[in-house]
Amino acid sequence: MRPYLGLFRHDVLLAFRQGGEIGLALGFFVLAVMLFPLGVGPEAETLRQIGAGIIWVAALLAAVLSLDRLFAADYADGGLDLLALSAMPLEGAVVAKCAAHWVTTGLPLAIISPFLALLLDLDARSMAVLALGLLLGTPALSLLGAIAAALTLGARRPGVLSSLIVLPLYLPVLIFGAGAVEAGIAGGGARPHLLLLGALSLAALPLAPLATAAALRQALD
Amino acid sequence: MLTYLANPARFMRWSGAMLPALGLAAVAMLAAGLYLALFVAPPDYQQGESVKIMFVHVPAAWLALFAYLVVAVASAVALVWKHPLAEIAAQAAAPLGAAFTLVCLVTGSLWGRPMWGTWWAWDARMTSVLVLFFLYLGYIALVNAFDDPGRGARAGSVLALVGVVNLPIIKFSVDWWNTLHQADSVFRMGGPTIDASMLWPLLVMAVGYLLLFKALLFVRMRTALNERKARALRLAAPARRSDAPVPGASPALR
Repeated sequence: MRPYLGLFRHDVLLAFRQGGEIGLALGFFVLAVMLFPLGVGPEAETLRQIGAGIIWVAALLAAVLSLDRLFAADYADGGLDLLALSAMPLEGAVVAKCAAHWVTTGLPLAIISPFLALLLDLDARSMAVLALGLLLGTPALSLLGAIAAALTLGARRPGVLSSLIVLPLYLPVLIFGAGAVEAGIAGGGARPHLLLLGALSLAALPLAPLATAAALRQALD
Repeated sequence: MLTYLANPARFMRWSGAMLPALGLAAVAMLAAGLYLALFVAPPDYQQGESVKIMFVHVPAAWLALFAYLVVAVASAVALVWKHPLAEIAAQAAAPLGAAFTLVCLVTGSLWGRPMWGTWWAWDARMTSVLVLFFLYLGYIALVNAFDDPGRGARAGSVLALVGVVNLPIIKFSVDWWNTLHQADSVFRMGGPTIDASMLWPLLVMAVGYLLLFKALLFVRMRTALNERKARALRLAAPARRSDAPVPGASPALR
């Protein structure tokens, strides 16, 4: 367990100390949400209807933008080779790195989402469902995103490429995440959607690291 | 069979012999299928003549899924056994699959306009087929994104296997969600519910599509192998380049 915790701590500390990486993702998230009231018009009624969808789309894009942080630096300086050669299985190292990525992107997004929901005129109940959905769904975003981040190591224009690869895989998370809030507003229960979101994250937890580790191994060959 | 054809020279001979027969069979089946579909099959009692879009739309959808299965299985074979032709087969099948997916989406849209009154609806079947189209595009982009073609092929193989999760979602989307697109009427428990007068032209068209896919797959694989051979020859003969004048090269570089 020690090496995994060490790797996790290392990545989280890097994100905090290496100047504004978390701030960048959060700033992008807030700005992307702000664009919509300016684009579709500031009527509270419209915003309330599409608010949850806007926040989820912005969260997806913020997650995609932060993906290159996962492996690119370690790939460039050779740290990834050392991880692959070390005694701990690469799959486990991937889980530790994804956990660190989630703590520094998904978790902050979920924490500030109620404030953005205020801007979009969502009521208190929808706010709670939205934040809970983000907490349950963003681990899947980090885990699935790691596959694309690993596949595009060393490619030309990895940023655009990884978003083309990963956004189709993110669709179920978006559908159930935004669906939970809408079902809550429409009077149906948000519970089934939230359970499915949790199920997506739990299914991605063992499966996505397998694919990510396979992608990393072929990148390091 | 898998090991026998692993030799590219043997594959070239074998596929070269098969190709004319495959191509002729594909043309014959497609011609027969179109004749049966357009002139023999009866118009639908509700949809009238526009039901005939089905004979183009449904086989394209089947082939879109089948081609992805080919890409995924070939990728698995490439990753596990490092079969020399598997990566070539996967890369050759992907653009064909993308084309079939596009045909399926476009004809579905043309069919949806008179029947449902809309070009497009965000129902589960259509959305998941659109995702399939983007999976194909992502695979093709990833394969071509590396300076080293081997890297691109291996990365693409991993992505193709990840994308397999979408196939059952497409197949069962019409059963899991209650959506606009109708449920399966051919491959279902208890036999097809579609009438035999329409089922037979549909199956003939499907076989025609399948033969066309195979013929085009062989053409693309043979082209890829020839390209690879040409590249190897170019790299193996740098000596000859020094005495032949290279267009555009400065004399100092020669």
